[in-house]
Amino acid sequence: MTEAVATEGLTKQFRGGQVAVDHVDLAVPRGSVYGFLGPNGSGKTTTIRMLLGLAYPTSGQAELLGVPIPSGVVQVLPRVGALIEGPAFYPFLSGRDNLARVDAADRAASPRTATARIDGALDRVGLLAAAGKRYRNYSLGMKQRLAIAAALLMPRELIVLDEPTNGLDPQGTREVRSLIREIAADGVTVFVSSHLLAEVEQVCSHVGVMRTGRLVFQGSLDELRLTGSARVRVETGDPAAAAAVLRQLGLPDPQVAEAEVSAQLGDFSVEKICADLVHAGVGVRGLAVLSPSLEDLFVGLTGEGYDVDG
Amino acid sequence: MADTAITGPAGTLPASAAGAAPGAARAWLRFFRSELRQVFGRRRNLILLAVVGLFPILIGVGLRLASHPNRGGGGNGGLAFVTQLTGNGIFLSFIALSILLTLVMPVAVAVIAGDSIAGEAGYGTLRYLLAVPAGRTRLLVVKYASIVVFALAVTFEVAVVALLVGVILFPIGPVTLLSGTTVSLAEGIFRLFLVALYVSAAMAALGAIGLAFSTLTEHAIGAIAALAIFVVASEVADQVPQFAVIQPYLPTHWWTMFDALLRVPIDSGTLLKGLLSFAVYLVLAGSLAWARLTSADVTS
Repeated sequence: MTEAVATEGLTKQFRGGQVAVDHVDLAVPRGSVYGFLGPNGSGKTTTIRMLLGLAYPTSGQAELLGVPIPSGVVQVLPRVGALIEGPAFYPFLSGRDNLARVDAADRAASPRTATARIDGALDRVGLLAAAGKRYRNYSLGMKQRLAIAAALLMPRELIVLDEPTNGLDPQGTREVRSLIREIAADGVTVFVSSHLLAEVEQVCSHVGVMRTGRLVFQGSLDELRLTGSARVRVETGDPAAAAAVLRQLGLPDPQVAEAEVSAQLGDFSVEKICADLVHAGVGVRGLAVLSPSLEDLFVGLTGEGYDVDG
Repeated sequence: MADTAITGPAGTLPASAAGAAPGAARAWLRFFRSELRQVFGRRRNLILLAVVGLFPILIGVGLRLASHPNRGGGGNGGLAFVTQLTGNGIFLSFIALSILLTLVMPVAVAVIAGDSIAGEAGYGTLRYLLAVPAGRTRLLVVKYASIVVFALAVTFEVAVVALLVGVILFPIGPVTLLSGTTVSLAEGIFRLFLVALYVSAAMAALGAIGLAFSTLTEHAIGAIAALAIFVVASEVADQVPQFAVIQPYLPTHWWTMFDALLRVPIDSGTLLKGLLSFAVYLVLAGSLAWARLTSADVTS
């Protein structure tokens, strides 16, 4: 089975010469919840706009659900629901009328079931009670939810959510997360972008990390954890002897402190290290493997934030 | 408004509950109806139509007062059809059309046409319509179709309101055409109908230019203003004798030539040239709009 989203060398260069997306190779497995991460301005939205046929790539290929993009957008997009760079609706129409407008534009949507589908989508996001209210009177959270409702008007195989938690309070963020879980539970692939790992970490099975237009990491969360070089830390009364053992084993970057030695673990087994230490007569008071948090890894990949790239 | 928790069944809709996709024609029609609701359901546009409808009334009342025997009447400064008006109220329709064609009707059409794509871009709804996917060409066709309906609505509104006011304020009866032939009132009204169709075609061609302008910006007001300035510039150039060579090619040149329909026989040569001019502008502007909308990145 083909991937839900697959790109190869996807590149977008703006007229000014700025390369917003630089040879990105995305591989989003079907049924995954894929967190598309990166700081603001790292090319996430431009990538999403290319995937949805709104912007044309300068070079490279892209496929959505096995259909080439942008040539096949009209064919494939009915199976894709999307929230793109924040909600956008007609302020002078009610929430329900706005959804009816979106539905009327969809040539795959049955007019017979429109009312039921619109009310169903409004219900899904908890907006049924406010459906008759004009969009201009909606709160930011309600606007965001209406956009998600629009993405859920039809049965989908892929839902693309660009920064769905932007501007939401913590409760709203939790609600969006639980909605993502529900959608994914039905086997729908969810492609969700965020500049905060913490917001999507709990729901994602896979992540892709963007930095200045390049995809600097892609894989499952476990694979992301593995990229972090775990360190082994030995507490001992004889750090010099312990360090000698670690050096002898060939562990990289050994560091000796008072009553403590640490080194990168790499592929070595902790059990073997422990046995060797004991065998060498080093008194071991404590032995620990320290893994960096996902947040540390994410920050390591994307930079600290104040150093604006490009 | 308090945030209520998101509840409901898991996942998206099952395909079975969504129903089958409608036929292509029905899907087009549904989108077109939705677009018409956007245009004719919007208060701003209804106010615009109401204001346009006031003008024939004002013109009718003004000319009625001016033609009153106690005021001496007569001196109406060469305005077309005015001498005929005192004899027949149907001419108020032709007077209103030729006066309002210079600015009021073009501006009304400009508001709808200039807003068509740029307005969607401004609200950000353009990206959502295209992601639905509405289809870029389909969106353009539906937008243009609704502009044409609006052009027809404005033109027929002016013609009908003026006719009603004319009937109330002036005598009505057999119509003496510009060539001196007298035809029945029914035929006179039929010719008014043809005139309104011709003027609608002129406004529809203008609408196509507005649609093209509208694909170039995400500020509706910019496209509207540009189209209004475009109309005035063309009309000014049409008045300058030194530009005589290019005048037949100006977009506004043939608009008021509908008096060709008020002759026996009908001056079909002039009419066809006018319609050809409208068609050429429609094709040029339509191609520009299509090329632009189908190739440009949507960044709004």
